[in-house]
Amino acid sequence: MQQVLNETKSTPTTRRGKQAILSFLFKHGTLLVIALTIIVFSLLNEKFLTYANFTDILRSISIITLLAIGVTISLIVGGFDLSVGSIASVATIASAAALVWYRQETIVAIIIPLLIGLLIGLFNSLLVVKIRIPDLLGTLAVMYIVNGIHLTFTKGYSIYNNMPMENGQIAPGQFLPSFLFIGQGEIFSVPFPVILMLTFVILTHILLNYTRFGRLLYITGGNEEAARLSGVPVQRYKTYAYILSALFATLAGIVLAARIGTGQVSAGAPLLMDGVAASFIGYSVFGAGKPNVIGTFFGAVLIGILLNGLTMLNVPYYAQDIIKGSILICALAFMYVQKRNR
Amino acid sequence: MNTLTVKHLSKSFGLHPVLRDITISFHPGEVHALLGVNGAGKSTLVKILSGDIQPDHGEIQIGERSLRFSSPIDAKHEGIDIVVQEVDTALVPELSVAENLTIHELLRGSQWIRWKERKKLARQLLQEVGADIDIDKQVRDCTLAEKQMILIARAINSQVKYLILDEPTAPLSEVETSKLFAVIRKLQENGIGIIFISHRLPEIQTIADRVTILRNGEAVCTKKIHEITPDEMIRHMLGKQLASNLPRKSKEMGPPLLEVNQFYVAKTGKTLSLSVHEGEIVGIAGLVGAGKTETARALFAADEHHGTISLKGKKHSFKNPHQAIQAGLALVPEERRKEGILVDFPLAENLSLPILEKLSSWGWIKRQKEKTLAERLVKQLGIKIPSLSHPLRYLSGGNQQKASIGKWLETQADVFIFDEPTKGIDIGAKEDVFQLIRSLAEQGKGILYLTSEVSELLSLADRILVMYNGEIISTYHYPEFSLEKIMSDATGGHHATGTE
Repeated sequence: MQQVLNETKSTPTTRRGKQAILSFLFKHGTLLVIALTIIVFSLLNEKFLTYANFTDILRSISIITLLAIGVTISLIVGGFDLSVGSIASVATIASAAALVWYRQETIVAIIIPLLIGLLIGLFNSLLVVKIRIPDLLGTLAVMYIVNGIHLTFTKGYSIYNNMPMENGQIAPGQFLPSFLFIGQGEIFSVPFPVILMLTFVILTHILLNYTRFGRLLYITGGNEEAARLSGVPVQRYKTYAYILSALFATLAGIVLAARIGTGQVSAGAPLLMDGVAASFIGYSVFGAGKPNVIGTFFGAVLIGILLNGLTMLNVPYYAQDIIKGSILICALAFMYVQKRNR
Repeated sequence: MNTLTVKHLSKSFGLHPVLRDITISFHPGEVHALLGVNGAGKSTLVKILSGDIQPDHGEIQIGERSLRFSSPIDAKHEGIDIVVQEVDTALVPELSVAENLTIHELLRGSQWIRWKERKKLARQLLQEVGADIDIDKQVRDCTLAEKQMILIARAINSQVKYLILDEPTAPLSEVETSKLFAVIRKLQENGIGIIFISHRLPEIQTIADRVTILRNGEAVCTKKIHEITPDEMIRHMLGKQLASNLPRKSKEMGPPLLEVNQFYVAKTGKTLSLSVHEGEIVGIAGLVGAGKTETARALFAADEHHGTISLKGKKHSFKNPHQAIQAGLALVPEERRKEGILVDFPLAENLSLPILEKLSSWGWIKRQKEKTLAERLVKQLGIKIPSLSHPLRYLSGGNQQKASIGKWLETQADVFIFDEPTKGIDIGAKEDVFQLIRSLAEQGKGILYLTSEVSELLSLADRILVMYNGEIISTYHYPEFSLEKIMSDATGGHHATGTE
């Protein structure tokens, strides 16, 4: 009661001031948090604010960002794709197997995972769009299946250069330098995965905001029935979204394989949560209030900076998940409070 | 005598009075019908009686005792219960029939659920209303008629003295209706007073003992049912607002634009045929629940249907709205905010949506073109909005409706289907909408205008088709319009002459 009285007493000017501060926070809060984090870490550790460290951070988030772009697209059409982590795993294994077990060229080691990703994306849209299983449940099931398939394929072992094969001989192929370049190479001392990430962030941003395709993805997610009655083939656009989501997850998986130079099983699993977190943090960037790739990129940057800084401060890796979860909560709280205030 | 009386009841929502000084008494063992057009105040009266909302003035009495209800539970304690129109809102779909029937026992009784007793009670209750429903089946698997019976049986369990039935027959078939009437008569014999709301005159004549007619929030008259004819009832319902039939010259109609023959609408289960000519405004008049929206959506291929649509002499069989739009149809749906516009998207993006293909080249949206289009439409339609990038959520109903219509203006559609286009918009905006529709007709477009506001059609339409139960039962050509005749048909009077 006391509080209510106080509230009514506050003059219009202070309320307007409060409104202005709030709307500034909604718009730039996330960037502010990023800036603050950088300042704090720079003060705590002198090695933090160096070019080498920043390329490190960008390199470390490039895989998450690529995958998160896909997650963002599925969120845009009002869907959700839980299978992206397992798709990244299967892509890693497919690339590695093509190179090491079957002695294929780099191009084959890229095309095969992409084809597999395309198939999984189509299967997801069959479940979610055609059969109309709720997205979370449908893609959850696919996540299990894909996970199981890639583990069965490798019998649970990782794939690496010169590994012993079942017939007692040594694996015929190896990770080719041209493939490894995708994950480890540099162009003008900018890591190649960073270039890849920035290229796709910009391309997707343009696609989503300046083309009919992107507009109709957003419209479909905004109100499916209204979109349908306006002549938008909503099912087709939702299908596109799930395919793109799977393809970006595949891309992340390929870069991951090239980065670590082995085909580790279940390597993509932790990417799912990071990608989802980055996408949702992205809602709040510039007060967009909706999924958007620029926001997703900054979401990934925030996560990357925090993890990097905390590692430098010797915070153990298992405690870092607590931080990740907390940022996600803050971003979500921001988003929902903003929605309620509208 | 435990007569239920409302005395000098008044209620306003904001500045808008919905009930003005209403006095009615309902007797035990009597079926009392409440009759009135949409917005006459029936629902508000019923909500007050069932304790859902409180009156501004006046009181409710049983016998000599004054009652004050602050919630529906208070009304139930006094023995007043309601079977709402949307039966699903009063039931738990995932629970069994028995559980739903005895849901009050769950609140009152011991912590332990005694299944045997609950099932016994449920069976007994259903027997009392003469309903044969499997008590172990889940409520979501029940038909609408069965759900109604469950609600009635549940009311009996709580010692109901007065039972309000809000348009109970709207979703029922004829067989189901006669079953319901049998139950009503049985309740009547047990001394329960029934307050029966319906639009359908033949039904009221069959079941009611007395009828009170509401108009503009006033109780116009209360009569014994055999002392009033259907024509008189309609006249009382409508009042003297008949003069709105403006003189105008009848126009020359062009060739037929839209023709459908034996077109099957899955949601109503009925087939219908109709045609719209170039420059013609065809009204479809029907009460709420007559199947207008279902028909409009089926024609637009938004819902299941069967049959071909001929547009400008070319036969089509649309699979989805996309194809219907390509062929030259446009639909302005009833549920504006849910189906007509995207409330969180800017005005410009809403207006450009149906013609986005034209506004882009090689997939790139030409923002400048989009902006020009939006500016032109804003000016043409008189949409009041701070900026083109403003989301539609905060606009008034009228301005939203203009956007919902406006987006079709550039599509080169030949036939426009309007479903209740004036629902929830103010008088000024209504006039704008009428003007817009007239000018579309002058450009040679065909208009199909579906509404329950029959008076709107009198000044607008060239031809009025009356819809009842999903079927078109009569046609009137300008200038032979008569509100009485149309209302009589729309309330089923047409049928009554055949059966009585």
